This record gives sequence, C-alpha cells and structure tokens, in this order.
Amino acid sequence: MSAILDIRAVVKRFGGLIATDHLSLDVKPGELHALIGPNGAGKTTIINQLMGEIIPDSGEIIFGGEPMAGLKPAARVRKGLGRTFQITQLLPDYTALDHVALAVQAHAGHSFHFFGAARADRRLTGPAMALLDGLAPRAGVKAASLSHGERKQLELAIALAGEPRLLLLDEPMAGLGQVETAQMVDLLKGLKGQIAMLLVEHDMDAVFALADRISVLVYGRCIASGSAAAIQANPDVKTAYLGEGDA
Amino acid sequence: MEPGSRSTILAIALALGVLFALPFAAGSLGNPAMTTLATRILIYAIAAASLNLVLGYGGLVSFGHAAFFGIGGYTVGILFHHHRFNEALFGLMLGTDQFLITLPAAILVSGLFAAAIGALALRTAGVQFIMITLAFAQMLFFLFVALKRYGGDDGLIIRRRNGLFDLNMRDDTTFYFVTLVFVVLFFALVWRIVNSRFGLVLGGIRQGERRMAAIGVSTYRYKLAAFVISGMGAGLAGALWANYARFVSPDMMHWTKSGELMVMVILGGAGTLLGPLFGSAALILLETVLAAYTERWQVFLGPILIVIILFFRGGLAGLVDLVKKRL
Repeated sequence: MSAILDIRAVVKRFGGLIATDHLSLDVKPGELHALIGPNGAGKTTIINQLMGEIIPDSGEIIFGGEPMAGLKPAARVRKGLGRTFQITQLLPDYTALDHVALAVQAHAGHSFHFFGAARADRRLTGPAMALLDGLAPRAGVKAASLSHGERKQLELAIALAGEPRLLLLDEPMAGLGQVETAQMVDLLKGLKGQIAMLLVEHDMDAVFALADRISVLVYGRCIASGSAAAIQANPDVKTAYLGEGDA
Repeated sequence: MEPGSRSTILAIALALGVLFALPFAAGSLGNPAMTTLATRILIYAIAAASLNLVLGYGGLVSFGHAAFFGIGGYTVGILFHHHRFNEALFGLMLGTDQFLITLPAAILVSGLFAAAIGALALRTAGVQFIMITLAFAQMLFFLFVALKRYGGDDGLIIRRRNGLFDLNMRDDTTFYFVTLVFVVLFFALVWRIVNSRFGLVLGGIRQGERRMAAIGVSTYRYKLAAFVISGMGAGLAGALWANYARFVSPDMMHWTKSGELMVMVILGGAGTLLGPLFGSAALILLETVLAAYTERWQVFLGPILIVIILFFRGGLAGLVDLVKKRL
C-alpha cells in the first residue's frame, strides 16, 4: 500500500544546529506511526515542517501523493492534515463548543457568511456536540476555564472536526494524569485504523500500547524504525534514549 | 454583554428611547445645542464602531482609521464642489449634492482605499501593522494638505447639506434623525456581522491566529474583508460628518483623530457592541464640559481617561455590565 505521508530526506538547520538531518519516514494509510526521541531530537520541528509553519531547507514532503512545498498551513489542513499542539493553542474567550463548531464551519467551506447567527446554527453545533463526545457536559465552558486534560481532549476534538486523513499528534499525553492518559489512549485506540496518525510522545507505555511502528529520532536523525518489540530490543536505542532514564 | 439576552434588548430599547426623545427634550429645555452635540456623538459612534470591528473584535490595531473618515468626508465635499461649480470630475461626470448618491459613493471610495491599504498593511502584524496603518493615513493627510484644488490646508466648505427627499436638511433636528437612522442601521449590521460565521472567525483570529490556521482558515482574507467593512463604516461616518459640519479638511485624517477613535473604542469597551457609542458619548461630553471650564481641558481629560481605563478593564460597557449584575 502506498504511503499517505512520505517524508524524503528533509533537512532543516537553525544556524549551526541541524534540527532535521536527512530524515526520511512514511506513514501508511490507517497506520499509527510513533516518533520518539529525547528532548531536542527535532520531533516538534518535523511536525511544524509537515504543517508548513517551518519551511525545510531541502528534501520533500509528499502528502496523499501531492508535494506540499509552497502550501501554507491552512491550505494543508484543507488537504486533509490535522494536528494537535503540544502546548495547547486554544481561544481563551471561546467555549469548547465554539472551538469545535468553528472547526466544523471551517471544514464546511469558506466563512464569508455575514448574517446568520452562527452559534444558533444546528448544522454547526450538532456535529460539534457529537465530536465533543466525553467533553459534552463542558461544552459551554470557556477554554480559559478548562482543565489541562480537558484542553488536550478539546485539541483532539477540534482536529477531528476537519475529518483529517492524517493526524499529527504532538505529545497528546504531556502533563496528563494517569486516568486522563488512559482515557486519551482509549480515544486514540478508537481512531486507529480509520485515520493515519503520526504520534510524537514521551509516555512510553502509551506509545507501546498504541503504535504499529516506532521510529526513534536523535539529533534530527532516524536511528531506528520498527515494531515495538524491535525497538525495545535495539541496543542503539537503549543507549541513545531508553537507557538515559528519559522514558 | 451577551447578544440576544433580555437585558441587552432592554438596554438597547432604553438607549433608543432616550435617543429618540432627545431633540424634543432639548427643545423643551430651551437648549437646542444638545441636538447638535448628540449628532456629533452619534457620528463618531459610527466611526468608533467601525474601528471596533477590526480593533475590538479582530484584534487588529489600526492606527490610521481617520484616513477613511476623511476619505468619506472628502468624497462628499468634492462631489459637492463639482456640483456647485458645474465642473466635470475626472472629465466624466458632474458632481452631485444628493445624499442618496454621495453617501454610497463615500462608502464605496473609502472601501476601495481600505482594500488597497489593508492588502498591504495586513501582510504585517503587531507593531508593524500599527505603524504602517499610521503611515498610510499620514500620507493621505499630507496628500490632501497639498491638494490646493480642494482647499489644501484650509479644507473645503460645503455650503449646503446634501439633499434627501424633501427633508429640510438645514434643520438640525431633521439631520439628527437622519443620522440616528444610520446609527441604528449600522449598529444592527455590526451586531449581525459579529455573531455570524464571519464574526466567529474574526474573533478567533484575535485570540489565536495559529489555531485558526490549524483548522484550515486562511486568516488574511478574513482580516482584509473586516478591514474593508471597517473602512466603509468609517467612510459613512465621514460623509455624515461632512454634512453635519458643512466642512471637510485634512484634519479629519490627522493621526490625532485616529487616536481619538481608538480612545473611544477602548474607553467604551473594545469588542462590545455598544462600547463605541458609550466611548464616543463619554469623550465628546467630557471635552465639552471640561472645555467650558478651562482652556487647558486636556490636562483634566487625560487623568480621567487613565482612571477609567485602569479601573474598568472592560471600559464603560464593562461598567454597565457590572451595574446590571448588581441590579
């Protein structure tokens, strides 16, 4: 099966620092590919390059058979990329429902509708309530008043509203408690097979529970790639990452 | 102020009642100057509400909105000038003194200027955006200072207000009601816009552009559309002002005028529907009252503004909300 995402020899330098060093990896349709590595390995940098927020110095990013070069973040989202942020990017004055309804609205087409009352539009709020799922009881709460765990869940619901073909998840478990992590793992398990996912995560239990394939990034380079068992047994990975107690 | 809530509707009904009764009260109190003062407040309320759309709702700090106010005014002034002297404008058409033509023309021309300025300025953000809007407005200011044909520095006198049906526009009370109609229509329009899909996107852009891009919204075009609508509103206010004052001059576009509009928005409550009306009323009333006591009224105005802005974060609209909650 051809990959939905194909990263080919991407390089990104910040001054003297190589954040992404000839990185090549792919994500197959329906696959959950986890990207792990110590802090500073360039995981978020690669996500930002996939989104178009950072432009690679060289190399190619092919999504759905189409090169992404030159496309702005919003255009990539409309092509079927979705993401969640490591540090949640929410709109403080808007309620949880507003966020998801806005994402439904953006996915439905342009927003040059100047008259109808958007918050009373069931074509937006209906699907949005369904997407909020477990968060539904908190639909009317402003983002600024949501707990950290709720924000992480909301990030996911917003991304799903765009009906993405590929989800880029940037540390969705970061800062979550045990119960919340288990909930997030369940949520992602429920999505597995339907949406391809690239998961950046430090929580190794979660990664091993979820990933079909794991790639290990160190100093912007992929040093190993394989199944959970293969990665756990890999001696290079042990010294570079797992052995350092970072896990 | 939650749109659609019972207290908002009550507040709007109350405000409308007061505004409607005002000229009659002024007449019976033997103080007709109240009507012209109120007309000024209403016209500036439109200009401030326009700025509020981009500044308060969209988070775009435009420091050059007086440019569109001036362009709207000059459109009326120039059309009248050509009408009066029977000269062709651009060799094409004659001027006019008909309200139903000058007003849409003013709105259209300011919209075009806003589109051109916005298209360039919105490629920047933050401090650069503030500076570039200021620069464009000052360019237009100096352009009109240099434009001797239309009075240059001295401005352009409009001998008669524009005609509208068979109304006696010379009469200040009539003109007040004409202005009031436009205020009601414009505020209703703003209310609809900010609660529409477009308005929700605009508010989202203020709170987090990165988030909006991540849901697939190309923010530039929405910001530009808001900027153009806002410029058109300021142009409408300028056209009304030209009729009210029967005079336009480059001072309408001076950067201090842009600053005044910003003060009105922030004083009244940025990002609230009625805030600009409160802000316009407060600033103009304070100016009038203080100027009656002393020539150095600005010395007293400054501290009052600072106190209001420091202690009532939501501006006067926030204060009104606070009072409503106590009741």
